[in-house]
Amino acid sequence: MAAPLLIPAARLRPPLLDYAPAGLPAFDSLAGGLPRGAITEIFGPPGSGRTSFLWTALATAAARQEVCALVDATDAFDPDSAAQAGLPLHRLLWIRCGGDAERALKAADRIVNDGGFGLIVLDLADLPLRVLRRIPLVCWFRLRRAVEGTPTILLVATPQPVTGTCASLVVEMQGAQALWSGPPNARLLRGGVFQLRPRKPVHQQTASFSARAQWAR
Amino acid sequence: MFACLHVPGLPSFRQSVLLDCAAAFSPVIEQTAPDAVTLALDGCTRLFGSLERAARRMAEHAASLGLEARVAVAANPDTALLAARGYPGTLVIPQGREAEFLAPLPVEVLQPPAEIAFKLALWGVRTLGELAALPEKGLAERLGEEGVRLHKLARGTFWRSLTPATLPERLEESIELEHPVALLEPLLFLVAQLIQRICERLKARALAAIELALELELEDGGKHERRHRLPVPMLSARSFLKLLQLDLEAHPPQAPVCRIRLCAEPAASRSVQHGLFVPRQPEAEKLELTLARLSALVGEGRVGAPEPLDTHRPDAFRLKRFTVEEAPGPATTRGEPVMLALRRFRPPRPARVEERGGRPHVVMAQGVHGRVVEVAGPWRISGDWWSPQAYCREEFDVALAGGGLYRIYRDCLSGGWYVAGSYD
Repeated sequence: MAAPLLIPAARLRPPLLDYAPAGLPAFDSLAGGLPRGAITEIFGPPGSGRTSFLWTALATAAARQEVCALVDATDAFDPDSAAQAGLPLHRLLWIRCGGDAERALKAADRIVNDGGFGLIVLDLADLPLRVLRRIPLVCWFRLRRAVEGTPTILLVATPQPVTGTCASLVVEMQGAQALWSGPPNARLLRGGVFQLRPRKPVHQQTASFSARAQWAR
Repeated sequence: MFACLHVPGLPSFRQSVLLDCAAAFSPVIEQTAPDAVTLALDGCTRLFGSLERAARRMAEHAASLGLEARVAVAANPDTALLAARGYPGTLVIPQGREAEFLAPLPVEVLQPPAEIAFKLALWGVRTLGELAALPEKGLAERLGEEGVRLHKLARGTFWRSLTPATLPERLEESIELEHPVALLEPLLFLVAQLIQRICERLKARALAAIELALELELEDGGKHERRHRLPVPMLSARSFLKLLQLDLEAHPPQAPVCRIRLCAEPAASRSVQHGLFVPRQPEAEKLELTLARLSALVGEGRVGAPEPLDTHRPDAFRLKRFTVEEAPGPATTRGEPVMLALRRFRPPRPARVEERGGRPHVVMAQGVHGRVVEVAGPWRISGDWWSPQAYCREEFDVALAGGGLYRIYRDCLSGGWYVAGSYD
């Protein structure tokens, strides 16, 4: 007969999470911000505003004097547009993984375990879904365990939800519309309006935010 | 009082180690001989309790640096040197009994000039006691000024001041291998010993290392040099070993190694006072190791802080070394509006574009295809026309019927179309 397993009483109730603002007032009022010591998953199709969300969250964390890291699975980070979003690039550790999901997960695991980062973004948004589906759930459990009890926010961007039960907050993004101006022969992209809805914990309400193109003043 | 540390047969490349060993005990040290260092012990009894204990500590410290040192303490520097040459282990000669302790030692400890040594041998003078017993006036007549000096030395009455030595700026340790090493693990085992010694020496000087340089002499006569500049002064043997291990794994030598030389550039130790209300940051020492591990994982030049280049060329940036700011300013609140982000496709995806009226109508590329429902552009950019890296392109922002906003461009030099990235 197996020995009885002793569980600390503190484990029986979910830990109270500390939330930090993401820098999007609509999102912060709806979801309370980004939970520290937990995984937050942002998912949505291309053009749904995931990246604008990430850059804003990174810029907000950097403004709080936190050190940020971006694990970029597909080398999609554009320093110009991130700098335009107010992100101080010298406070960002950019890890280019060259399209390798395994490397990206290992890199994320390494920096989560080494600690000291305020916000870690794991950008898997451009990876094919079949690759993401092959990531074993134990990887996400491992990351959740590593980030638990630390002040670090682990933000994961994906095209579809893949973290299972490991994420404390799952947000679905949708592109509502692109904003154009000018006559038909001289159009100008001025930005986009994006919608987001927390899927875990489930919210019936949606929030929307608009992102402005850097040349639209 | 003076102490002399003497290491018989000390190789020349380890002289600086002996100096460092002495410098850990006194600020006034003298390189008396290639294999001996003398130091002033003024005030040391307050630190160590007694001269015997100080001598023992010196011997222990020398042993920790890999030196089998003889230590002798005496009232004058030269008596200490002669005693260190003549007696093994540690010895303290009480003041006033110098001649008594020196008497049984052979004349060779004086290292006299060959001519005088020959004359002393002819006279049958074999010990310092026998030399000290000779009349000074007679010695002066037969051996001259040098004879008088040797006589005073033999009696332990030769007084002089120390000539202070300057410590070498770079710390260096090396090992000559009897058999070439071709495997990484045994090589690292040896490198670990050198690192340990360097760290002991740095610790003795209350310094840390800002740069490590590893030089490997190879069996084929070549040299393999690796230099590692640290972001902050560090003093952690474990971190140094891991950094060198990761570096050697990424850049292995091309032949078995015959000799290992490790140099460290010292710098003042770092002292940081963290603020109570400043967010936690990665420790600089740990971060350096993390960055090295990440580089080993994803490849060199793929980890760092992005820095845009001073050019109009699209997607021009470089990755600079990532460091944590030591003195961050107060936290600020962000007031900027949300900006539309661009996701780059690296490299840009080649596309087939159907044009209508000189503007894209249908775009087909890997993962991007559809009819264009909105288009803005062209925005023409060009530059570097004077160099082989010239660029000229017409950029368009397009919205496709299936959804998605993309930046596409036509390369005016090749005529091809590409998808640069997507707005997300």
